[in-house]
Amino acid sequence: MAVTEVRLTLQPLGLAPNDIAEKIKEKFPTQVLEVVDFRDQVSVIVKKEQIVAILKFLHDDPLLSLDHLQDLTAVDYMKKKEIRFEVVYNLYSTRHRHRIRIRAQVPENDPKIDSAVVIWAGADWHERECYDMFGITFAGHPDLRRILMPEDWEGFPLRKDYPLKGPEFDKDWTGFTDVVKRSKELKEFEWEG
Amino acid sequence: MLIETSATGLVEVEKGVKVLPPNLIVTTLDKVINWGRLSSIWPTTFGLACCAIEMMAVGASHYDFDRFGIIFRGSPRQADCVIVAGTVTKKMVPVVRRVYDQIPEPRYVVAMGSCACTGGVFKTYSTVQGCDSFLPVDVFVPGCPPRPETLLEGMMMLQEKIRKERARWSPWR
Repeated sequence: MAVTEVRLTLQPLGLAPNDIAEKIKEKFPTQVLEVVDFRDQVSVIVKKEQIVAILKFLHDDPLLSLDHLQDLTAVDYMKKKEIRFEVVYNLYSTRHRHRIRIRAQVPENDPKIDSAVVIWAGADWHERECYDMFGITFAGHPDLRRILMPEDWEGFPLRKDYPLKGPEFDKDWTGFTDVVKRSKELKEFEWEG
Repeated sequence: MLIETSATGLVEVEKGVKVLPPNLIVTTLDKVINWGRLSSIWPTTFGLACCAIEMMAVGASHYDFDRFGIIFRGSPRQADCVIVAGTVTKKMVPVVRRVYDQIPEPRYVVAMGSCACTGGVFKTYSTVQGCDSFLPVDVFVPGCPPRPETLLEGMMMLQEKIRKERARWSPWR
């Protein structure tokens, strides 16, 4: 059996994050609102309307080739910013080893953005978690259900106006309150030596 | 048990236990049953968070639960005890209660760790503030997570509790 030697060669480091931001600005001049550079971490704040087109460009462009969606999450800027939510995409290129952060603004009265599952299949559960915690719906998602909380849970816990200690006992999740009530009923059968 | 004694009548070896050589033992049913129960507490393998790792460590050879007769069982139906080891989330509550309900009587509950006792640092929407809200807890073991010695102490306290039971075997209990 012939043994073939495979040598892995890493490409030199790719573009600087500011250059990636410039490329996005060139391609989508109307969509980019702001480029924020915080401790060499560059975020591009964009409008939500063409988010899939922007992400598709970042994924497919051979010079950028941001093929890895490291994380997808959201931030609630209640009373801090005019537009309340931002959906955050952390992208990384396994070929060029560079990264960029995309932030899409999502308003409170219409918490809806297009799904990135068509580009990265791994966005599926991230978007479900994002919906579960913030109530942001992803249009075009194949199966948008809650992922962490029980399916009949009311409210979105990571929103800033959600009470930290949760709802009152009477308004709590029925799966929990039912068990507590039943355990009180069964208390009379317990051993009290 | 072979008692070497020159006495011919009943000899009281401890309070409530008398021995007639060579092999007749006179005692109460309570003592025998409680001794049997406390010497073979079988907890069900049920871990919820990091405390479960500590519980496994106590079950392993260095700390060795087996020397107390505590042997983990894979099914609640074969167990006597559930060690609630870790953070109990509200979503997990129906499952924990079902595990407890499947354990045949007599059954015991040990709440292991700060989270199971009080909710611990997780004073939030998703965490139950103490598993005694839906389970009859016998022993609370504090710590985050408790040292293996602490859990052993907790199980020994449970043994002492079982030792003091009276007539739990009776149909009139």
